[in-house]
Amino acid sequence: MLARRIVACLDVRNGCVVKGINFGGLRNAGDPAELAKRYNADGIDEVVILDVTATLEGRATLTETVRAVSKELFIPLTVGGGIKTEADAAAVIDAGADKVSVNSAALADPSLIERLARQYGSQAVIVAIDAKREDNSWSVFARSGQTATGHTAVEWAREAESRGAGEILLTSIDRDGTRSGFDCELTSTLAQAVSIPVIASGGAGTFDHFVDVFTVGHADAALAASVFHFSEHPVAELKEHLRRNGVHVRPC
Amino acid sequence: MIALIDYGAGNLTSVRKGLAAAGGTVYSPAAPTDLERASAIVVPGVGHFSATAVLADQWRQAVRERIERDVPLLGICLGMQWLFEGSEEAAGVPGLGIFPGRCTKIVAVRPLKVPHVGWNTLLRIGTSSLLEGVADGVHVYFTHTFAAPITADTVASTTHDVSFASAVERGYVFGLQFHPEKSADAGLQMLRNFVRLVHG
Repeated sequence: MLARRIVACLDVRNGCVVKGINFGGLRNAGDPAELAKRYNADGIDEVVILDVTATLEGRATLTETVRAVSKELFIPLTVGGGIKTEADAAAVIDAGADKVSVNSAALADPSLIERLARQYGSQAVIVAIDAKREDNSWSVFARSGQTATGHTAVEWAREAESRGAGEILLTSIDRDGTRSGFDCELTSTLAQAVSIPVIASGGAGTFDHFVDVFTVGHADAALAASVFHFSEHPVAELKEHLRRNGVHVRPC
Repeated sequence: MIALIDYGAGNLTSVRKGLAAAGGTVYSPAAPTDLERASAIVVPGVGHFSATAVLADQWRQAVRERIERDVPLLGICLGMQWLFEGSEEAAGVPGLGIFPGRCTKIVAVRPLKVPHVGWNTLLRIGTSSLLEGVADGVHVYFTHTFAAPITADTVASTTHDVSFASAVERGYVFGLQFHPEKSADAGLQMLRNFVRLVHG
């Protein structure tokens, strides 16, 4: 039976993990490789590195970060943030990423999805969608939620799928950073609109939020960052909580 | 030395890294004649079955010759499917035909999805030298749309509405539908088993 996946997101800037981290026992809490190793040992199913660096120097640092993280990580690794061209994708894939996540660049030129899928296979191409509720549907925004695109989430997800995306990483702009729970209605709507897996993101605050997004939201996977930062073995505890609530997950 | 055949179907960084972590040394053969010095062969690959068309004539012959000399061969994902007679994904492209049968598209009913992506369980069947030390029911990482039929050579099956062969083995020829290089400790155990066969 296919397990629901738990994905840990590392927000990285200039080679360091940003956002508050409160781990004991880490030599360097800001070291993405160390953090990924710890999540891996704790039973995480996948790791996403989200690069929030804007500078060119920072981009060069990213490939070093990917190389360091992937070195001892034998689970899928995705890299996203600022991937605009095939060359950007090639740099992180050659450094050890298994998948790339594209967002604004794919909205600006949707053929990027096809070109990446042709080069690396659909399984390596995640299209990230940032969606915000407007009236009775969800609108897609580019550039970290700054720019309206005129697409609805359902329409853009279907187009991404038809162009060769292997998965959708769906972030609710309304819920992101609120810790008030995933947007299960948005997730469920998207999950039923496409046949590729949907990874839900934005709003995780408690373990029960994960139960909800898998049962009510029909998510194939759920991604979070800060929720994992507050205990010694957060992934193992989360998976145990999901198991007790009838959600099938890979045992740690 | 393990020959890792790069025929342009996806990125091989992770496979190379996994084999190295399992103790293997890897080279990439540029031509079929480079297989002569291989102590083992790995055929990786992701994507469309038509990508295997590159492995035509001389490659097929060179791989067959190595198999006949009991050089261990491991096909991963698309590389495993290539070991069968073919796939309905690319009807005109023949597989190597080591294992009988053709790969077909997974037919799953919602809410289950196709492609089959994520961690699913192995149901072990019979004995296997590749899966030695791997527990029945262990989760491994899949990402595929087509799958091989269950036959007498199947040593593990997996179910996604339908059941398909997730590991096959006959003599020194092995195939894994999932990605051992992305399947945490269980996958590394299989790669170590393979490398151990290579070095005796």
